[in-house]
Amino acid sequence: MGQALNQGVMQAKLWYAQRISAMVLGICVAAHLAMIFYAIRGGLTAQEILGRTQGNVLFAFFYEVFVLACFIHAPIGINNILQETFPRSGIAKPTACVLGLLILVLGSTAVVGVYSGGTL
Amino acid sequence: MSARPRLDSRAKSHLSYFAYASHRFSGLLLACFLPLHFLMLSQSLRGAQGFEQSLALTDLWVFKFGEWALVILLAVHLAGGLRLLILEFGPWNGLRKGWIQLSTLFGIACGLLFLYLAN
Amino acid sequence: MSNTDLKVKVWRGAEQGEFVEYLVPRNPNQTVLDVVTYIQRKLDPTLSYRFACRVGMCGSCAMTVNGVARWTCRTHVSQIVQGDALEIAPLNNLPVIKDLATDMREFFNKWKGAVGFFKGDKTRYDDFAKVQPDSQERQLANAGIECIGCGVCYASCEVVESRPNYLGPAALNRAWTLTNDVRDVQQIERMRAVAGDAGCHACHSQGSCTEACPKSIAPTASIAGLKKLVARAAVRGSKWGKL
Repeated sequence: MGQALNQGVMQAKLWYAQRISAMVLGICVAAHLAMIFYAIRGGLTAQEILGRTQGNVLFAFFYEVFVLACFIHAPIGINNILQETFPRSGIAKPTACVLGLLILVLGSTAVVGVYSGGTL
Repeated sequence: MSARPRLDSRAKSHLSYFAYASHRFSGLLLACFLPLHFLMLSQSLRGAQGFEQSLALTDLWVFKFGEWALVILLAVHLAGGLRLLILEFGPWNGLRKGWIQLSTLFGIACGLLFLYLAN
Repeated sequence: MSNTDLKVKVWRGAEQGEFVEYLVPRNPNQTVLDVVTYIQRKLDPTLSYRFACRVGMCGSCAMTVNGVARWTCRTHVSQIVQGDALEIAPLNNLPVIKDLATDMREFFNKWKGAVGFFKGDKTRYDDFAKVQPDSQERQLANAGIECIGCGVCYASCEVVESRPNYLGPAALNRAWTLTNDVRDVQQIERMRAVAGDAGCHACHSQGSCTEACPKSIAPTASIAGLKKLVARAAVRGSKWGKL
Protein backbone atom coordinates (compact mmCIF):
# COMPACT_ATOMS: atom_id res chain seq x y z
CA MET A 1 0.00 0.00 0.00
CA GLY A 2 2.88 2.29 0.90
CA GLN A 3 4.60 1.40 -2.35
CA ALA A 4 1.46 2.05 -4.37
CA LEU A 5 1.13 5.45 -2.73
CA ASN A 6 4.76 6.35 -3.46
CA GLN A 7 4.24 5.31 -7.04
CA GLY A 8 1.07 7.39 -7.18
CA VAL A 9 2.85 10.43 -5.82
CA MET A 10 5.64 9.85 -8.37
CA GLN A 11 3.18 9.69 -11.25
CA ALA A 12 1.50 12.87 -10.05
CA LYS A 13 4.82 14.71 -9.83
CA LEU A 14 5.93 13.48 -13.27
CA TRP A 15 2.63 14.64 -14.76
CA TYR A 16 3.03 18.03 -13.09
CA ALA A 17 6.65 18.37 -14.24
CA GLN A 18 5.70 17.53 -17.80
CA ARG A 19 2.88 20.08 -17.86
CA ILE A 20 5.02 22.86 -16.31
CA SER A 21 7.84 22.16 -18.77
CA ALA A 22 5.18 22.14 -21.51
CA MET A 23 4.15 25.66 -20.54
CA VAL A 24 7.79 26.80 -20.71
CA LEU A 25 8.20 25.03 -24.05
CA GLY A 26 5.04 26.67 -25.37
CA ILE A 27 6.81 30.01 -25.13
CA CYS A 28 10.22 28.71 -26.24
CA VAL A 29 8.87 26.82 -29.26
CA ALA A 30 6.71 29.72 -30.41
CA ALA A 31 9.74 32.02 -30.19
CA HIS A 32 11.94 29.42 -31.90
CA LEU A 33 9.50 28.95 -34.79
CA ALA A 34 9.33 32.70 -35.29
CA MET A 35 13.15 32.85 -35.28
CA ILE A 36 13.38 30.00 -37.77
CA PHE A 37 11.11 31.77 -40.22
CA TYR A 38 13.06 35.00 -39.78
CA ALA A 39 16.44 33.33 -40.15
CA ILE A 40 15.87 31.10 -43.17
CA ARG A 41 15.00 33.93 -45.53
CA GLY A 42 17.53 33.87 -48.33
CA GLY A 43 19.30 30.79 -47.01
CA LEU A 44 21.12 30.06 -43.80
CA THR A 45 24.88 29.91 -43.25
CA ALA A 46 26.96 29.10 -40.19
CA GLN A 47 28.25 32.65 -40.34
CA GLU A 48 24.72 34.02 -40.05
CA ILE A 49 23.83 31.73 -37.14
CA LEU A 50 26.95 32.53 -35.19
CA GLY A 51 26.64 36.18 -36.07
CA ARG A 52 23.43 36.24 -34.06
CA THR A 53 24.33 33.94 -31.19
CA GLN A 54 28.02 34.48 -30.56
CA GLY A 55 28.59 36.43 -27.37
CA ASN A 56 24.85 36.96 -26.97
CA VAL A 57 24.01 36.25 -23.32
CA LEU A 58 20.30 36.58 -23.86
CA PHE A 59 20.27 33.93 -26.58
CA ALA A 60 22.48 31.64 -24.46
CA PHE A 61 20.13 31.97 -21.51
CA PHE A 62 17.05 31.42 -23.68
CA TYR A 63 18.47 28.32 -25.32
CA GLU A 64 19.69 26.82 -22.05
CA VAL A 65 16.20 27.25 -20.57
CA PHE A 66 14.89 25.62 -23.76
CA VAL A 67 17.30 22.68 -23.35
CA LEU A 68 16.36 22.20 -19.69
CA ALA A 69 12.65 22.25 -20.50
CA CYS A 70 13.21 19.61 -23.23
CA PHE A 71 15.28 17.59 -20.76
CA ILE A 72 12.23 17.36 -18.47
CA HIS A 73 9.51 17.12 -21.12
CA ALA A 74 10.76 14.67 -23.75
CA PRO A 75 11.91 11.75 -21.53
CA ILE A 76 8.62 11.71 -19.60
CA GLY A 77 6.74 11.57 -22.90
CA ILE A 78 8.95 8.80 -24.29
CA ASN A 79 8.61 6.85 -21.06
CA ASN A 80 4.82 6.95 -21.38
CA ILE A 81 4.84 5.86 -25.01
CA LEU A 82 7.26 2.97 -24.42
CA GLN A 83 5.54 1.85 -21.24
CA GLU A 84 2.22 1.63 -23.06
CA THR A 85 3.52 0.08 -26.26
CA PHE A 86 5.90 -2.44 -24.69
CA PRO A 87 4.51 -2.87 -21.16
CA ARG A 88 6.51 -5.88 -19.99
CA SER A 89 9.80 -5.21 -21.73
CA GLY A 90 11.27 -2.86 -19.14
CA ILE A 91 12.83 -0.62 -21.82
CA ALA A 92 10.78 2.46 -20.99
CA LYS A 93 12.77 3.87 -18.09
CA PRO A 94 16.30 3.19 -19.41
CA THR A 95 15.49 4.64 -22.84
CA ALA A 96 13.94 7.71 -21.26
CA CYS A 97 17.00 8.19 -19.05
CA VAL A 98 19.38 7.86 -22.02
CA LEU A 99 17.34 10.38 -23.98
CA GLY A 100 17.38 12.76 -21.03
CA LEU A 101 21.14 12.49 -20.72
CA LEU A 102 21.67 13.04 -24.45
CA ILE A 103 19.43 16.10 -24.45
CA LEU A 104 21.10 17.63 -21.39
CA VAL A 105 24.69 16.98 -22.45
CA LEU A 106 24.43 17.56 -26.20
CA GLY A 107 22.02 20.44 -25.73
CA SER A 108 24.18 22.31 -23.25
CA THR A 109 27.21 21.64 -25.45
CA ALA A 110 25.32 23.16 -28.37
CA VAL A 111 24.44 26.24 -26.31
CA VAL A 112 28.08 26.67 -25.28
CA GLY A 113 29.06 26.10 -28.89
CA VAL A 114 26.88 28.78 -30.44
CA TYR A 115 27.66 31.22 -27.64
CA SER A 116 31.39 30.80 -27.93
CA GLY A 117 31.44 30.31 -31.70
CA GLY A 118 34.52 28.14 -31.49
CA THR A 119 36.59 30.60 -29.52
CA LEU A 120 36.93 28.17 -26.58
CA MET B 1 -13.49 -19.74 -34.80
CA SER B 2 -11.65 -16.53 -34.09
CA ALA B 3 -10.92 -14.19 -31.20
CA ARG B 4 -13.59 -11.72 -30.12
CA PRO B 5 -13.47 -8.34 -31.85
CA ARG B 6 -11.44 -5.51 -30.28
CA LEU B 7 -11.44 -1.72 -30.51
CA ASP B 8 -10.68 -0.84 -34.13
CA SER B 9 -10.42 2.28 -36.23
CA ARG B 10 -14.19 2.77 -36.22
CA ALA B 11 -14.08 3.56 -32.51
CA LYS B 12 -11.18 5.98 -33.03
CA SER B 13 -12.45 7.86 -36.07
CA HIS B 14 -13.13 11.10 -34.29
CA LEU B 15 -11.34 14.41 -34.21
CA SER B 16 -10.14 14.30 -30.61
CA TYR B 17 -8.48 10.93 -31.15
CA PHE B 18 -6.80 12.27 -34.29
CA ALA B 19 -5.46 15.16 -32.20
CA TYR B 20 -4.06 12.71 -29.64
CA ALA B 21 -2.46 10.57 -32.35
CA SER B 22 -0.84 13.54 -34.12
CA HIS B 23 0.48 14.86 -30.82
CA ARG B 24 1.98 11.50 -29.90
CA PHE B 25 3.44 10.86 -33.36
CA SER B 26 4.95 14.34 -33.70
CA GLY B 27 6.34 14.18 -30.16
CA LEU B 28 7.99 10.82 -30.80
CA LEU B 29 9.68 11.99 -34.00
CA LEU B 30 10.78 15.29 -32.43
CA ALA B 31 12.28 13.42 -29.46
CA CYS B 32 14.26 11.21 -31.83
CA PHE B 33 15.44 14.25 -33.79
CA LEU B 34 16.48 16.39 -30.85
CA PRO B 35 19.84 14.72 -30.00
CA LEU B 36 20.86 14.90 -33.66
CA HIS B 37 19.89 18.57 -33.78
CA PHE B 38 22.04 19.34 -30.73
CA LEU B 39 24.90 17.29 -32.11
CA MET B 40 24.88 19.34 -35.32
CA LEU B 41 24.68 22.61 -33.42
CA SER B 42 27.55 21.64 -31.15
CA GLN B 43 29.75 21.54 -34.26
CA SER B 44 29.76 25.30 -33.75
CA LEU B 45 32.54 24.62 -31.27
CA ARG B 46 34.75 24.24 -34.33
CA GLY B 47 34.25 27.90 -35.16
CA ALA B 48 32.43 29.42 -38.13
CA GLN B 49 34.38 27.54 -40.81
CA GLY B 50 34.20 24.14 -39.12
CA PHE B 51 30.53 24.70 -38.42
CA GLU B 52 29.90 25.67 -42.06
CA GLN B 53 31.63 22.50 -43.19
CA SER B 54 29.43 20.24 -41.08
CA LEU B 55 26.36 22.19 -42.14
CA ALA B 56 27.22 21.43 -45.77
CA LEU B 57 25.89 17.94 -45.09
CA THR B 58 22.42 19.40 -44.75
CA ASP B 59 22.41 20.57 -48.36
CA LEU B 60 21.31 17.06 -49.39
CA TRP B 61 17.67 17.07 -50.43
CA VAL B 62 16.73 14.48 -47.83
CA PHE B 63 17.83 16.90 -45.11
CA LYS B 64 15.89 19.74 -46.72
CA PHE B 65 12.78 17.54 -46.73
CA GLY B 66 13.51 16.61 -43.12
CA GLU B 67 13.77 20.26 -42.08
CA TRP B 68 10.43 21.01 -43.70
CA ALA B 69 8.78 18.00 -42.06
CA LEU B 70 10.23 18.90 -38.66
CA VAL B 71 8.89 22.45 -38.83
CA ILE B 72 5.43 21.04 -39.49
CA LEU B 73 5.80 18.47 -36.69
CA LEU B 74 6.92 21.21 -34.32
CA ALA B 75 3.96 23.40 -35.24
CA VAL B 76 1.50 20.51 -34.83
CA HIS B 77 3.00 19.45 -31.51
CA LEU B 78 2.95 23.02 -30.20
CA ALA B 79 -0.66 23.63 -31.17
CA GLY B 80 -1.80 20.23 -29.89
CA GLY B 81 0.14 20.77 -26.68
CA LEU B 82 -1.47 24.15 -26.06
CA ARG B 83 -4.87 22.49 -26.58
CA LEU B 84 -3.98 19.86 -23.95
CA LEU B 85 -2.90 22.55 -21.50
CA ILE B 86 -6.24 24.31 -22.02
CA LEU B 87 -8.15 21.04 -21.65
CA GLU B 88 -6.36 20.20 -18.42
CA PHE B 89 -5.88 23.59 -16.80
CA GLY B 90 -8.49 25.82 -18.37
CA PRO B 91 -12.27 25.99 -17.86
CA TRP B 92 -14.05 23.05 -19.44
CA ASN B 93 -15.61 23.89 -22.76
CA GLY B 94 -15.79 20.58 -24.59
CA LEU B 95 -13.01 18.82 -26.42
CA ARG B 96 -11.97 22.04 -28.18
CA LYS B 97 -12.55 20.73 -31.68
CA GLY B 98 -12.30 24.20 -33.18
CA TRP B 99 -8.78 24.28 -31.78
CA ILE B 100 -7.96 21.00 -33.54
CA GLN B 101 -9.06 22.45 -36.84
CA LEU B 102 -7.01 25.60 -36.20
CA SER B 103 -3.97 23.47 -35.26
CA THR B 104 -4.18 21.60 -38.54
CA LEU B 105 -4.37 24.87 -40.44
CA PHE B 106 -1.47 26.22 -38.38
CA GLY B 107 0.62 23.16 -39.29
CA ILE B 108 -0.17 23.59 -42.96
CA ALA B 109 0.53 27.32 -42.78
CA CYS B 110 3.94 26.73 -41.19
CA GLY B 111 4.76 24.17 -43.84
CA LEU B 112 3.85 26.59 -46.61
CA LEU B 113 5.65 29.49 -44.95
CA PHE B 114 8.80 27.40 -44.69
CA LEU B 115 8.64 26.51 -48.38
CA TYR B 116 8.10 30.14 -49.27
CA LEU B 117 10.91 31.54 -47.14
CA ALA B 118 13.52 28.82 -47.51
CA ASN B 119 16.13 29.02 -50.20
CA MET C 1 -36.08 -13.20 -48.61
CA SER C 2 -37.17 -9.67 -49.23
CA ASN C 3 -34.60 -7.31 -50.69
CA THR C 4 -35.26 -4.86 -47.88
CA ASP C 5 -33.89 -7.33 -45.34
CA LEU C 6 -31.03 -6.24 -43.12
CA LYS C 7 -27.91 -8.38 -43.15
CA VAL C 8 -26.99 -8.46 -39.48
CA LYS C 9 -23.73 -9.99 -38.30
CA VAL C 10 -23.92 -10.92 -34.63
CA TRP C 11 -21.09 -12.21 -32.42
CA ARG C 12 -21.80 -15.73 -31.23
CA GLY C 13 -19.59 -17.44 -28.68
CA ALA C 14 -17.45 -15.99 -25.92
CA GLU C 15 -13.76 -14.97 -26.09
CA GLN C 16 -13.57 -17.33 -29.04
CA GLY C 17 -16.40 -17.43 -31.52
CA GLU C 18 -17.53 -16.05 -34.84
CA PHE C 19 -19.88 -13.57 -36.46
CA VAL C 20 -23.08 -15.25 -37.67
CA GLU C 21 -25.24 -13.47 -40.24
CA TYR C 22 -28.99 -13.18 -39.85
CA LEU C 23 -31.55 -11.68 -42.22
CA VAL C 24 -33.94 -9.34 -40.43
CA PRO C 25 -36.90 -7.59 -42.09
CA ARG C 26 -36.45 -3.86 -42.22
CA ASN C 27 -39.05 -1.61 -40.61
CA PRO C 28 -39.36 2.13 -40.29
CA ASN C 29 -38.47 3.34 -36.75
CA GLN C 30 -36.44 0.25 -35.99
CA THR C 31 -33.81 0.29 -33.25
CA VAL C 32 -30.83 -2.04 -33.02
CA LEU C 33 -32.44 -3.53 -29.90
CA ASP C 34 -35.52 -4.33 -31.98
CA VAL C 35 -33.22 -6.15 -34.42
CA VAL C 36 -31.50 -8.20 -31.70
CA THR C 37 -34.85 -9.03 -30.10
CA TYR C 38 -36.24 -10.15 -33.46
CA ILE C 39 -33.28 -12.47 -33.99
CA GLN C 40 -33.63 -14.04 -30.56
CA ARG C 41 -37.41 -14.47 -30.72
CA LYS C 42 -37.90 -15.48 -34.34
CA LEU C 43 -34.62 -16.79 -35.71
CA ASP C 44 -32.32 -18.14 -33.01
CA PRO C 45 -33.52 -18.56 -29.41
CA THR C 46 -29.99 -19.45 -28.27
CA LEU C 47 -28.81 -15.82 -28.67
CA SER C 48 -27.91 -14.22 -25.30
CA TYR C 49 -28.19 -10.48 -24.76
CA ARG C 50 -29.14 -7.96 -22.07
CA PHE C 51 -31.78 -5.28 -21.97
CA ALA C 52 -34.25 -3.93 -19.43
CA CYS C 53 -36.08 -0.63 -19.77
CA ARG C 54 -35.70 -0.36 -23.61
CA VAL C 55 -36.33 3.40 -23.34
CA GLY C 56 -32.84 4.78 -22.73
CA MET C 57 -32.78 4.98 -18.94
CA CYS C 58 -31.00 1.92 -17.58
CA GLY C 59 -27.98 1.42 -19.86
CA SER C 60 -28.31 -2.40 -19.83
CA CYS C 61 -28.52 -2.76 -23.61
CA ALA C 62 -25.10 -1.25 -24.40
CA MET C 63 -23.31 -3.15 -27.21
CA THR C 64 -20.76 -2.51 -29.94
CA VAL C 65 -22.66 -1.56 -33.09
CA ASN C 66 -20.56 -1.18 -36.29
CA GLY C 67 -17.48 -0.86 -34.10
CA VAL C 68 -18.82 1.85 -31.79
CA ALA C 69 -20.27 1.35 -28.30
CA ARG C 70 -23.90 2.47 -28.11
CA TRP C 71 -27.20 1.97 -26.33
CA THR C 72 -29.00 -0.30 -28.76
CA CYS C 73 -32.45 0.84 -27.64
CA ARG C 74 -31.58 4.43 -28.54
CA THR C 75 -29.82 3.67 -31.82
CA HIS C 76 -32.07 3.75 -34.84
CA VAL C 77 -31.01 1.36 -37.56
CA SER C 78 -31.47 4.08 -40.16
CA GLN C 79 -28.85 6.21 -38.32
CA ILE C 80 -26.03 3.72 -38.49
CA VAL C 81 -26.78 1.07 -41.10
CA GLN C 82 -24.13 0.76 -43.82
CA GLY C 83 -26.03 -0.13 -46.98
CA ASP C 84 -28.07 -2.97 -45.58
CA ALA C 85 -25.41 -4.30 -43.19
CA LEU C 86 -25.10 -4.13 -39.42
CA GLU C 87 -22.45 -5.60 -37.15
CA ILE C 88 -23.36 -6.22 -33.51
CA ALA C 89 -20.79 -7.36 -30.96
CA PRO C 90 -20.45 -7.31 -27.16
CA LEU C 91 -18.95 -4.25 -25.43
CA ASN C 92 -15.17 -4.05 -25.81
CA ASN C 93 -12.71 -4.19 -22.90
CA LEU C 94 -14.96 -6.49 -20.86
CA PRO C 95 -14.84 -10.31 -20.72
CA VAL C 96 -17.59 -11.95 -22.77
CA ILE C 97 -19.90 -14.31 -20.90
CA LYS C 98 -21.85 -15.36 -23.94
CA ASP C 99 -22.70 -13.72 -27.27
CA LEU C 100 -23.65 -10.11 -26.51
CA ALA C 101 -23.54 -10.29 -22.72
CA THR C 102 -20.34 -9.16 -20.97
CA ASP C 103 -19.08 -9.64 -17.43
CA MET C 104 -19.44 -6.22 -15.80
CA ARG C 105 -17.76 -7.16 -12.52
CA GLU C 106 -14.37 -5.59 -13.27
CA PHE C 107 -16.16 -2.39 -14.32
CA PHE C 108 -17.91 -2.10 -10.95
CA ASN C 109 -14.90 -3.33 -9.00
CA LYS C 110 -12.90 -0.46 -10.44
CA TRP C 111 -15.68 1.88 -9.40
CA LYS C 112 -15.09 0.68 -5.85
CA GLY C 113 -11.35 0.78 -6.41
CA ALA C 114 -11.55 4.48 -7.20
CA VAL C 115 -13.50 5.03 -3.94
CA GLY C 116 -16.47 5.90 -6.11
CA PHE C 117 -18.92 5.66 -3.24
CA PHE C 118 -20.11 8.12 -0.63
CA LYS C 119 -19.31 8.13 3.07
CA GLY C 120 -20.41 10.90 5.38
CA ASP C 121 -20.00 11.50 9.10
CA LYS C 122 -23.43 12.79 10.05
CA THR C 123 -26.24 10.78 11.57
CA ARG C 124 -30.01 11.12 11.43
CA TYR C 125 -29.79 13.12 14.66
CA ASP C 126 -27.64 15.82 13.13
CA ASP C 127 -28.96 18.75 11.17
CA PHE C 128 -29.21 18.46 7.36
CA ALA C 129 -26.00 19.13 5.51
CA LYS C 130 -26.30 22.40 3.66
CA VAL C 131 -24.92 22.35 0.13
CA GLN C 132 -25.27 25.57 -1.83
CA PRO C 133 -26.69 24.71 -5.27
CA ASP C 134 -24.74 27.48 -6.95
CA SER C 135 -21.44 26.67 -5.23
CA GLN C 136 -18.57 25.72 -7.50
CA GLU C 137 -18.33 22.21 -6.05
CA ARG C 138 -22.00 21.52 -6.60
CA GLN C 139 -21.80 22.79 -10.20
CA LEU C 140 -18.80 20.56 -10.87
CA ALA C 141 -20.51 17.55 -9.32
CA ASN C 142 -23.70 18.22 -11.29
CA ALA C 143 -21.81 17.95 -14.55
CA GLY C 144 -20.99 14.32 -13.87
CA ILE C 145 -23.53 12.74 -11.53
CA GLU C 146 -26.05 11.53 -14.10
CA CYS C 147 -23.87 8.50 -14.88
CA ILE C 148 -25.83 5.24 -14.77
CA GLY C 149 -22.88 2.88 -15.16
CA CYS C 150 -23.68 1.59 -18.64
CA GLY C 151 -20.05 0.89 -19.55
CA VAL C 152 -20.04 2.61 -22.94
CA CYS C 153 -17.18 4.96 -22.01
CA TYR C 154 -15.16 2.09 -20.54
CA ALA C 155 -15.69 0.08 -23.71
CA SER C 156 -14.56 2.98 -25.90
CA CYS C 157 -11.30 3.76 -24.09
CA GLU C 158 -7.99 2.74 -25.66
CA VAL C 159 -6.14 3.25 -22.38
CA VAL C 160 -8.44 0.73 -20.70
CA GLU C 161 -7.52 -1.67 -23.48
CA SER C 162 -3.78 -1.14 -23.16
CA ARG C 163 -3.54 -0.86 -19.34
CA PRO C 164 -5.62 -3.59 -17.69
CA ASN C 165 -5.33 -1.84 -14.28
CA TYR C 166 -6.57 1.52 -15.51
CA LEU C 167 -9.60 2.50 -13.43
CA GLY C 168 -11.36 3.89 -16.48
CA PRO C 169 -13.49 6.92 -17.31
CA ALA C 170 -16.67 5.97 -15.41
CA ALA C 171 -14.94 5.16 -12.11
CA LEU C 172 -12.80 8.29 -12.30
CA ASN C 173 -15.77 10.44 -13.25
CA ARG C 174 -17.65 9.20 -10.21
CA ALA C 175 -14.58 9.76 -8.00
CA TRP C 176 -14.41 13.35 -9.27
CA THR C 177 -18.06 14.05 -8.49
CA LEU C 178 -17.44 12.76 -4.98
CA THR C 179 -14.34 14.90 -4.47
CA ASN C 180 -16.79 17.75 -5.04
CA ASP C 181 -19.23 16.40 -2.47
CA VAL C 182 -18.54 18.61 0.53
CA ARG C 183 -20.12 16.07 2.88
CA ASP C 184 -17.80 13.20 1.98
CA VAL C 185 -15.08 12.24 4.48
CA GLN C 186 -12.89 9.90 2.42
CA GLN C 187 -11.13 12.44 0.27
CA ILE C 188 -7.55 11.46 1.12
CA GLU C 189 -8.25 7.78 0.43
CA ARG C 190 -9.98 8.75 -2.81
CA MET C 191 -7.06 10.86 -3.98
CA ARG C 192 -4.67 8.03 -3.16
CA ALA C 193 -6.84 5.61 -5.09
CA VAL C 194 -6.93 7.70 -8.25
CA ALA C 195 -3.25 8.63 -8.30
CA GLY C 196 -0.73 6.36 -9.95
CA ASP C 197 -0.40 4.36 -13.10
CA ALA C 198 -3.87 2.90 -12.81
CA GLY C 199 -5.37 6.26 -12.06
CA CYS C 200 -6.13 9.56 -13.61
CA HIS C 201 -2.65 10.36 -14.91
CA ALA C 202 -2.82 7.49 -17.41
CA CYS C 203 -5.54 9.34 -19.32
CA HIS C 204 -4.37 10.93 -22.57
CA SER C 205 -7.50 12.99 -23.19
CA GLN C 206 -8.26 11.03 -26.34
CA GLY C 207 -11.87 11.92 -25.67
CA SER C 208 -13.48 8.69 -26.90
CA CYS C 209 -15.36 8.47 -23.61
CA THR C 210 -16.77 11.97 -23.95
CA GLU C 211 -17.72 11.33 -27.60
CA ALA C 212 -19.47 8.08 -26.76
CA CYS C 213 -21.33 8.93 -23.56
CA PRO C 214 -25.09 8.67 -24.22
CA LYS C 215 -25.75 11.06 -21.33
CA SER C 216 -23.35 13.71 -22.63
CA ILE C 217 -21.15 13.47 -19.59
CA ALA C 218 -17.51 14.42 -20.15
CA PRO C 219 -15.25 12.03 -18.22
CA THR C 220 -12.33 13.82 -19.90
CA ALA C 221 -13.27 16.94 -17.91
CA SER C 222 -13.65 15.03 -14.65
CA ILE C 223 -10.33 13.30 -15.12
CA ALA C 224 -8.65 16.64 -15.89
CA GLY C 225 -10.03 17.90 -12.59
CA LEU C 226 -8.63 14.88 -10.77
CA LYS C 227 -5.22 15.29 -12.42
CA LYS C 228 -4.87 18.82 -11.13
CA LEU C 229 -6.22 17.96 -7.69
CA VAL C 230 -3.94 14.97 -7.21
CA ALA C 231 -0.86 16.72 -8.59
CA ARG C 232 -1.36 19.66 -6.27
CA ALA C 233 -2.01 17.32 -3.34
CA ALA C 234 1.21 15.44 -4.09
CA VAL C 235 3.32 18.57 -4.41
CA ARG C 236 1.73 21.19 -2.17
CA GLY C 237 -1.11 19.50 -0.32
CA SER C 238 -4.88 19.85 -0.55
CA LYS C 239 -7.56 21.13 1.80
CA TRP C 240 -7.78 17.60 3.18
CA GLY C 241 -4.04 17.08 3.62
CA LYS C 242 -1.01 16.07 1.60
CA LEU C 243 -0.73 12.82 -0.35
